[in-house]
Amino acid sequence: MAAIDYEDARGGSYDDRRQTPPQQDLGYDPNFVPDSVKSFVVHLYRHIREKNVYEIHQMYETSFHTLSDRLFKDSPWPSVDAVAHYVDNDHVFCLLYREMWFRHLYARLTPTLRQRIDSWDNYCSLFQVVLHGVVNMQLPNQWLWDMVDEFVYQFQSFCQYRAKMKNKTEQEIALLRQFDQAWNVYGVLNFLQALVEKSMIIQILEQEKEGLEQFTATDGYDYNGGSNVLKVLGYFSMVGLLRVHCLLGDYHTGLKCLQPIDISQQGVYTSVIGSHITTIYHYGFANLMLRRYVEAIREFNKILLYIFKTKQYHQKSPQYEQILKKNEQMYALLAICLSLCPQNRLVDETVNSQLREKYGEKMIRMQRYDDEAFAIYDELFSYACPKFITPSAPSFEEPLVNYNQDAYRLQLKLFLYEAKQQQLLSGVRTFLKVYSTISLAKLASYMEVDEPTLRTILMTYKHKTHSVDSDGKVISNADVDFYIDDDMIRVMESKPAKRYGDYFLRQIAKLEGVINEMDSVKLE
Amino acid sequence: MGREAPKQQQQPPVAYTVEQLVAVNRYNPDILADLENYVNEQVSSQTYSLDANLCLLRLYQFEPDKMSSQIVARILVKALMAMPAPDFSLCLFLIPERVQMEEQFKTLIVLSHYLETGRFRQFWDEAAKNRHIVDAVPGFEQAVQGYAIHVLSLTYQKVPRTVLAEAINIEGLSLDKFLEHQVANYGWVIEKSQGKGQLIVLPKNEFNDPVLKKNSSDSVPLEHITRIFPILS
Repeated sequence: MAAIDYEDARGGSYDDRRQTPPQQDLGYDPNFVPDSVKSFVVHLYRHIREKNVYEIHQMYETSFHTLSDRLFKDSPWPSVDAVAHYVDNDHVFCLLYREMWFRHLYARLTPTLRQRIDSWDNYCSLFQVVLHGVVNMQLPNQWLWDMVDEFVYQFQSFCQYRAKMKNKTEQEIALLRQFDQAWNVYGVLNFLQALVEKSMIIQILEQEKEGLEQFTATDGYDYNGGSNVLKVLGYFSMVGLLRVHCLLGDYHTGLKCLQPIDISQQGVYTSVIGSHITTIYHYGFANLMLRRYVEAIREFNKILLYIFKTKQYHQKSPQYEQILKKNEQMYALLAICLSLCPQNRLVDETVNSQLREKYGEKMIRMQRYDDEAFAIYDELFSYACPKFITPSAPSFEEPLVNYNQDAYRLQLKLFLYEAKQQQLLSGVRTFLKVYSTISLAKLASYMEVDEPTLRTILMTYKHKTHSVDSDGKVISNADVDFYIDDDMIRVMESKPAKRYGDYFLRQIAKLEGVINEMDSVKLE
Repeated sequence: MGREAPKQQQQPPVAYTVEQLVAVNRYNPDILADLENYVNEQVSSQTYSLDANLCLLRLYQFEPDKMSSQIVARILVKALMAMPAPDFSLCLFLIPERVQMEEQFKTLIVLSHYLETGRFRQFWDEAAKNRHIVDAVPGFEQAVQGYAIHVLSLTYQKVPRTVLAEAINIEGLSLDKFLEHQVANYGWVIEKSQGKGQLIVLPKNEFNDPVLKKNSSDSVPLEHITRIFPILS
């Protein structure tokens, strides 16, 4: 049941945004270049040469999609060879054009294996050029984010495709064997890692803290005649690494890759909505799997509030559907977090009312921890989890089997196992909320267990509500807490930690702003 | 076509520590043997590196043919010893389900389940039946006892002697000796309760004492203060 839900739910998801596409149009002539396309490439090429980021952004975000909708709804764009002579056969421009060409193909059609391999090759060439420092362009952050995002997406898509071995043709298998380096997991990780290292982005972010470097303040753009491409690609590659590691089930390493980015603050990652959402979605999911529920709840709450307030501005954006999809998935993850760790005071009123509307009834049933409740945990997890992959190549010898669901099943199973370990905790919680002290014997009889069992349940409660953070420090996630004094349970009132410090800091900064403004007003 | 991506720098001739290899070269299949040796070294020297072990499990995940069950078992025992940290789950997330079906891994998963749910008696019984797995890693018992004491200190201000004995699997004279040591070094206090035997008073911390809890809540990290340095100066 779950497996089917999983497949269905993925149909329109952010990761798998492609509808079942039509077969590639046989009437498509790769060499035919309509005038509007000619004008598009000529202008785009000129704006790139002139480093006119604003115009590049317009053409990239608007014209490309308008043309795609009008002329290439279900066929690819003209081949790169057909347009190359309009752009002086510029090597880098041709690589960029092909990157967009493939992205459009993946979005609207089903790529063939050959095309998947060609797209990998194109990324290799493109990243090599960037890594070897011969790029002198300034590209919009949106575009650079899309490159990293698409690179990871195509990798994930390739793994899913390869894992469905059952209906592969002999020709496909021969190709898979021959080009075994295409979308190889080492290659993918090493490209992202190389972009991070070569760009020196980690050092740049460090130096920025000391005021020695500007990156965030200029949104990553270089206003001194240099190029932003390597730096910003390196920056987004950290998010790419987080995502790849989540797809592999390696949450600890994923979070480590993201560490140089301080997500408690605005940053370049928030300058592009897709990057903002992808970052927080994976950050939150990884924390959920690490049992750091409070951290996950806090970040989901922030981004969901942000999406709620700003989504109207994205209605016309090509990413709008994906934004909505991820929004829904994050509500499902928030419902899971809050069911395991009821910290409603961390959730903003607006988000909370949305959540109740979508999952209120399910969340009540999830508290019951019976079979029906686990079915809901299963359903929400399957709907909202990343599209996990098995990175290893198939065995070509044995009878060919599909293994595209293996990685997902494992993560689901381990998650449900965790949820089951916590199944008695909501009962404890209910009683702790109404008593200030209660004897072990009395609580045991209320919960219909013997005293030794109750002691283990209480220790489980303590263990599961106290997570260990990345520095090894124990952090309480408990909404209600207690301690045992001999055989009496004494409930500790948990007052919301008021963040006076933070509040004053913000007010000081605000006041300074007001004073500065007043100073700048000259009285006649 | 389908060409190879750039490898990270080849392994340098200079002797790097394994930790350094993991830091600079973590997506390189050539460090697999070093990482395997490093697991054995962690076992014999009673040290631990989650990052290196996850790195190795990741390489196994990429190339399942190279997986060594024995090494995986050692990693998992080491991860159990790292509780209350979630390392054991972190490792399981990377180990294919069919591998987890092996008998020794099933046992380890059961052991982890008992620890996760505070069932120390069952844990020690099960561990006793599987000496061959856990005895291979020195320091195992002490590490689990450390975890048990951690959970007890989160939960209790005063814990009955019998409950403590069961959790750390020490009884009688050995327990007296153990308690003596804890009293002398870690501020434990032994109290007689009426007619019920000893009560052990555990040191107070922010998780078992409401007074300490309040004090710890409002602190401002220096990093946040630095934001207003320009204003203050």
